[in-house]
Amino acid sequence: MAEKKKTCELFDCGHRACGGCGAALTARLVMQAAGTETIVVNSTGCMEVFSTPYPETAWKVPWIHSLFENASAVASGIEASLKKQGRKEKIVIMAGDGATFDIGMICISGAFERGHDFAYICYDNEAYMNTGIQRSGATPYDASTTTSPAGTCSFGNRRPKKDMPAILAAHGAPYIATASIAYPADLKQKVEKAINTPGPCYVQVHAPCCTGWGFEGDQTIAIAKLAIETGLWVNFEMVDGKVTKVKKVVRKPVEEYLKTQKRFRHLFKPKRQDAEIALIQAIADRNAGKYGLDINLRKE
Amino acid sequence: MTLAVGCRARPGKSRDNKTGSWRVFKPSFDHEKCSKCGMCQTLCPEGCVHEDAEGFFDPDFTYCKGCGICATECPKEAIAMNQEEK
Repeated sequence: MAEKKKTCELFDCGHRACGGCGAALTARLVMQAAGTETIVVNSTGCMEVFSTPYPETAWKVPWIHSLFENASAVASGIEASLKKQGRKEKIVIMAGDGATFDIGMICISGAFERGHDFAYICYDNEAYMNTGIQRSGATPYDASTTTSPAGTCSFGNRRPKKDMPAILAAHGAPYIATASIAYPADLKQKVEKAINTPGPCYVQVHAPCCTGWGFEGDQTIAIAKLAIETGLWVNFEMVDGKVTKVKKVVRKPVEEYLKTQKRFRHLFKPKRQDAEIALIQAIADRNAGKYGLDINLRKE
Repeated sequence: MTLAVGCRARPGKSRDNKTGSWRVFKPSFDHEKCSKCGMCQTLCPEGCVHEDAEGFFDPDFTYCKGCGICATECPKEAIAMNQEEK
């Protein structure tokens, strides 16, 4: 057998994520982009739990976990301390959508307003997956979760997804981006940019969860790609509050994305719910209008 | 007064946890079809796919959970998933 060239992984093998986990892939890609001179602050969530059951850890960089709500406050303290000591390490916050959209909101708002220098990476799997799939502010319209179950009286989550990038843009963040694990090179480039831009930067990564969304582990990347192709997830970059780059697509109908997941199964079985699917299509159409997603194939 | 230090773990200690035992389906890599694009390595959530000296890729079965992302995403369909033999 030929000798194996081992690649250096700062997020190592042996973590306890489900097979096909989008968040684990996010952590790997983010660490590849961040490099060794990094301190990671991790809020509570799936990623903290599966990567560090004591005394094991998958991280090969300094890593700290404190609470669900205060990752950005902890990062602020570390940044202030590093600045005082004249050190140059970069700070990366890894947090789930629950910790970002709901629980950590106060500390995030404070840290972004104070203008600390860090990169905040939110891996967005659209619910609280670690505790058993409860809805969060990031859960999309009509997704069935354990706290927004679909049934005879309900189609699942009744509220649309919170627009977190816009909230942080309003705080005056210099760099905000959304990325997807389906486009790893783009993701790494955005994380690098967020780390190297002075001030609080934010990258929201779409990371499908096979257990929570209900699909086979091998479909993780395909589903992340479908979210972009249907217009339900938009990959964009925002510099100083202005959208500078958008991933354009030839859009597919949203059902192609919805059909692949158990959390949207009630829209097709026992009866197809055309009115609800039309509402979700309207969300995709709004995204397309707002960000100019559609590729115009006809030359004018 | 000395302050107690919180819980610490050695970096990369998770390697003690041999997640390969979770596997139900095992990927087999066909080097004849392989174009060495490295997609399997990039998209593996475990980071257990390694490049050999000739530029071909193979997973480390000590940690491969057999999720099948590599097989689904391989542009040359060079990876097949087969039932694990115990």
